[in-house]
Amino acid sequence: MRLAGSLLLLVLSFGSASAETLVTSLSSHRVLINSNYTGTSIALFGAIERDAQTISRGTGYDAVVTVRGPPQYLVVREKERFGPLWLNREQQKFPNAPAYLSVLSSQPISEITSDQLRQRQKIGLRAIINSPDFTNDRKGADEPFREALLRLKKQEGLYVEDDRAVAFLTPTIFKANIPLAPTAPPGNYDVEVTLLADTVILARTLTHFELVKTGFEQQVGEAAHDWSWLYGFSTASLALLFGWIANVIFRRD
Amino acid sequence: MQIYLPIAEMPVSVLLILGMGAAVGFISGLFGIGGGFLMTPLLIFLGIPPAVAVATQSAQIVASSTTSVLNALRRNALDLKLGGVLVAGGFVGSALGVWFFAAARRAGQLDLVIVVSYVTLFMVVGSLMLKESVREFWTKRRGGVVRVKRQAGEHAPYLFWPMRMRFYRSKLYASVIPILGFALFVGFVGALLGIGGGFIMVPALLYIFRVPTSIVVGTSQFQIVCTTLVSLVLHAVANQAVDIVLAMLLIAGGVFGAQFGARAGRNLRAELFRFLLALLLLAVGIRFSLELVLTPNEIFSITTQEMRT
Repeated sequence: MRLAGSLLLLVLSFGSASAETLVTSLSSHRVLINSNYTGTSIALFGAIERDAQTISRGTGYDAVVTVRGPPQYLVVREKERFGPLWLNREQQKFPNAPAYLSVLSSQPISEITSDQLRQRQKIGLRAIINSPDFTNDRKGADEPFREALLRLKKQEGLYVEDDRAVAFLTPTIFKANIPLAPTAPPGNYDVEVTLLADTVILARTLTHFELVKTGFEQQVGEAAHDWSWLYGFSTASLALLFGWIANVIFRRD
Repeated sequence: MQIYLPIAEMPVSVLLILGMGAAVGFISGLFGIGGGFLMTPLLIFLGIPPAVAVATQSAQIVASSTTSVLNALRRNALDLKLGGVLVAGGFVGSALGVWFFAAARRAGQLDLVIVVSYVTLFMVVGSLMLKESVREFWTKRRGGVVRVKRQAGEHAPYLFWPMRMRFYRSKLYASVIPILGFALFVGFVGALLGIGGGFIMVPALLYIFRVPTSIVVGTSQFQIVCTTLVSLVLHAVANQAVDIVLAMLLIAGGVFGAQFGARAGRNLRAELFRFLLALLLLAVGIRFSLELVLTPNEIFSITTQEMRT
């Protein structure tokens, strides 16, 4: 049913969109984490190509950039009063939530899309969070947990919605800055760019970038994972060594 | 100045971590406790994943306790024989604690078990010590006779159980059974709560086994080094949660702090020492119980579960 819906929409959008093609490029496909990494931002450039058959549009183009970080298994718990105590009672699992999620657009999402389109195509933070496959549906009981996830992740700067982050340099060329919080984890990030005009999707592109540890950080990560016994013993011996050194340095009596 | 932690996968301020290490190290050196119960909540508060916080701070405990043990050895303030018995009991207790940890997690009640154990332990141990030290203060102030320690026939009956052993340094001649049993309990709680257990060890050695204060700190630190070394390696192997960069920063701050703490501890009168430790434990206990009782600002919380790959 949903598949049919999106197919129909796809056909419709291609039908009406005659011949716009979207070309996007990231400033970097491999973002390196070194020892003084404190978050970064990645630039995305997009160009809209029109050919002779393209109809002229009364309204300008709009672009929505959706960035999804590596998936995480998240559990949101709710505290409830139990006698005099506050205890974790109910919980809701989000088995496939992105660790990082940002939706950047040139105008507020609600102004450039219809409700139906947003829900069906998962455009905008709220539409993604509220989509049926984001967590199991418990007939409304899941709503506060979805809200809480969004609120807490926004506070951490890991879920971002910015309706001014995409800027059109010319009517057919745009630029967006993807902000990466320092706590955004290493992994693969998907960047989906949707081109709209007059609440209709004209084109979509999907590209990726990778956030990776390099040099010392990478080696430590690999050692901890692949040589865990050696890693554990060397940390332990370093700790003993430091303790001994401090004892020698401070020996006065 | 920020530095990126390769295992915690986030940047932290170098000066902040050094300062925290020094502050906790000072307290650790002063009281002869590991300080894990202070460091773990602080690290989690900074946003470091709980598994990494618990695993990594054990490296700092090893380093600062090593310094204290070496100091105690030099001043001959360490009972190796008593320490050995405590370590033996502690290992068995740790194994049981790890098993119970897994069982409680399967039952879905781990969080509750941990917070309730924290509150009970800290409140009970803290108030017992506070009561004791306040009474001591009063007796002194009124000019009364301070109870003479270790009079003949004053020992508790459990010290006369079979398998008695002589601990010369601690001026203790007692059955091994209650000592082993107690060490087992400390190991159990330590593994369950991810702490060294020094804060239970110190008052128990003082009050239950009447070990002289000067010996208590060194011996307790010796037990802490041994059990924490084992748990550090196990954490590294089982969870890969030990962040070596964070560990080195905490250690660098911690060893300095511990050194000054140990020095300050030597100038502290015994009653004052007990009084301050009691206050510290009570404060932590109250903090945890407030968390349990007060209406939280945010009733929702997110936890990340390990992805089974």
